[in-house]
Amino acid sequence: MANTTQALEAPAAARAKPSASLWSDALSRLLRNRLAIVGGVIVLGLLLIAIIGPYIAPFPYQSQDLDAVTLTGGPVAPFRGAHILGTDELGRDLLSRLMDGAQISMTVAMVVQIVVLFIGVPIGAAAAWFGGRTDSFLMRFTDVIYAFPDLLFIILLGVAFRETFFGQAMNGLLLVFVAIGIVSWVTMARLVRGQLLSLKETEFVEAARAIGVSDFKIVTRHLLPNAIGPVIVAVTLGIPSAILSEATLAFIGIGAQAPRASWGSLIADGQNYIRSQPHLVIFPAIAIALALLSFTFLGDGLRDALDPKLKGKQ
Amino acid sequence: MLGYIIRRVLWIIPVLFVVSVITFGLMHSAPGGPWSREKKLPEATVAALNAKYGLDDPIPIQYLKWVGGLLHGDLGPSYKYLDRSVNDIVADGIGTTVQLGIQAFLLSVIIGIPLGVIAALRHNGIPDYLATLVSVLGICTPSFVAAILLLVIFSVWLKWLPTFGWDSPANWILPTVALALFPIAQIARYTRASMLEVTRKDYVRTAHSKGLREGSIVVVHMIRNALIPVVTILGPILAFLITGSFIIEFVFSIPGIGRYYVTSIGQRDYGVIMAMTMIFAVAIAVMNLIVDVLYAYIDPRIRYS
Repeated sequence: MANTTQALEAPAAARAKPSASLWSDALSRLLRNRLAIVGGVIVLGLLLIAIIGPYIAPFPYQSQDLDAVTLTGGPVAPFRGAHILGTDELGRDLLSRLMDGAQISMTVAMVVQIVVLFIGVPIGAAAAWFGGRTDSFLMRFTDVIYAFPDLLFIILLGVAFRETFFGQAMNGLLLVFVAIGIVSWVTMARLVRGQLLSLKETEFVEAARAIGVSDFKIVTRHLLPNAIGPVIVAVTLGIPSAILSEATLAFIGIGAQAPRASWGSLIADGQNYIRSQPHLVIFPAIAIALALLSFTFLGDGLRDALDPKLKGKQ
Repeated sequence: MLGYIIRRVLWIIPVLFVVSVITFGLMHSAPGGPWSREKKLPEATVAALNAKYGLDDPIPIQYLKWVGGLLHGDLGPSYKYLDRSVNDIVADGIGTTVQLGIQAFLLSVIIGIPLGVIAALRHNGIPDYLATLVSVLGICTPSFVAAILLLVIFSVWLKWLPTFGWDSPANWILPTVALALFPIAQIARYTRASMLEVTRKDYVRTAHSKGLREGSIVVVHMIRNALIPVVTILGPILAFLITGSFIIEFVFSIPGIGRYYVTSIGQRDYGVIMAMTMIFAVAIAVMNLIVDVLYAYIDPRIRYS
C-alpha cells in the first residue's frame, strides 16, 4: 500500500519540480543582482510610506505653521528647526507633503497597472486566440493609438475634462487613472498577443486541443501561465512610466487637487521660489528620480532573472 | 520597396483622420467653450459670437468645415487671440519649435553615440560605468525635472546662463540640454548594447586576425554595423522630442508652438488645439516612415514587402 502511494506520488513530484525550480532559479538570480535589490528595497520603502505615511509624517500634509513663515517672511529653509526639509510659502512641511506625494504616485502607478492587466491581457489573449477580424481590429486600433503621442492624448483628456464631475471625482485622480490607463493597456495587449501567438503553435497546446480541452481553459491554464514572466516585467517597467506621466500631468496642473500634493505639482509650485528657496523643487525632483530609478532597476533585474537570454539587451 | 513606401504613406491618411476625429470629438464634448470667462458674457453675446464663428452648427458639420479649411491650408481662427488666425500663430512659433527639436536631436546623436561606443570599448571599465550612470540618470529624469534642476544649478547657483526666453544663443543651451538628456541616454544604451553584440562577430575577429589597426577595426567594421539597430530607436526619439518640446517650452517660456498646447486646451481654443495635434501627429508619422525607409536603405539585409 505504502509502495503504491509512493509510486503514484513520485511522477507528480517530478512534474512539479521543474516549475518550482524555474521560480526559485529566477529568485536566486534576482537576489544576486545588487542593483535590483537596492531598487526593490527602495520600492518597498516607497510603498510603506504610501501606506503608513499619514501616521508617521512629522506634520499633517495640509497644516500650516504660520509662525515659522511669518518669522522668515517666506518658505522656511531646510535642515533648521522642526521642519527637516523646510516648508513651502504657506508653512506646510515639505517632508510631510513629499510623503503624501508618494501616496498619490504609488496609487496612480498601481491602479494604472491593474487597469492595464485587466484590459490589456484579455484583449491581447482574445486577439491571439481568435485571430482574423478580432486580431486585425486590435492591431489597427493600436496603430492609431501609437500614432497619437501618449502625452498629448493624456493632456488632452486631462485638461478637457478637468472641470467636469468626472474630472473632480476621487479628488481629480480618477481622470488621471483613466487618461494614463487608456494609452497604457495597448502595449500590454500587443505583448500578450505576441507571446500567445508563439505559444499557440507549441505541442502541448496542440495536445490539449486534441484531448478536447475548451478554448477558455487552454488560454487560461496553458497559454497565460506561460506568458506570465514577460507580463510581470512589463508591469514593473510600466510603473515608472505611469509615475512619470502622473508627475508631468500634475506639473501642468492636472490631477490631485490642492491641498493634496503630487510630486509634480510640488515642483510646479516651487518654481516661483527657484531663486530664494530652490529646495522646494530639488527635493521633489529627487523623489521622482529615485522612484523612477528604483522601479527601473527592479524591472531590469526581474527581466534578467526571468529571461536570462535577454540579459544585456534592451 | 516603392510599393511599401506608397502603402505606408497611404496608411498615414486614415491614422490622421482618426486622430483628428478623436481630438475634435473630445474637445467639443468637453464642457465649456471659448467664451467661458470668470465674468460671464451675456447670453446674447455668446450666441452672436457662436453664430459668427459657426460654433452653433452641429459638430459633424463643424468638423467638415474644419477639414475643408485644412485642405485649403486654412487652419481657422483663434478664439483666444482674436486678431490672429491659427496660421499666424503656427507661422510665428514653428521655427522656434523646430530649431529646438533639431538642436536637441543633434546634441543627443553627437553625445549619445560616442558615449555608447566608449562604454562598449572599455566594457566593465570606469568609462563604461560612467556612461551607464549617465544613461541611467538620463532615463530616470523626466525632462521637466531635468529642466528645473539645470535651471537651479546653472542659472541660480552658478549664474552662468539666463533663465527664461529665447533671444540669444545663451538661452538655447539649457532647454536643448534638458530636452536632449533622455534621448542621449537612450541612444547611448542602444549603441553600447549593439557595439557589445558586434564585438563577438566573426568579421570583427577576422579583422583582428588579419592584423588591421585597432582604430580602423572600430570605425570601419564595428561602428558602421553597430549603428544599424540604433536607427530603429530614432523614430521613438523624434516623437519624444516633439512631445517633449511643449513641456520644455512651458518651463523656459520659449515662444514656440508647443507652449500654446496646454493653454489652448484649457481655453477651448479649438482651432489651435486641432492645428497642434495635427502638426505633431503628421510629424511623428512622417518621421517614423523616414526612419523605417532609412533602415532598409542602410541595411541591405532588411527587405520590406
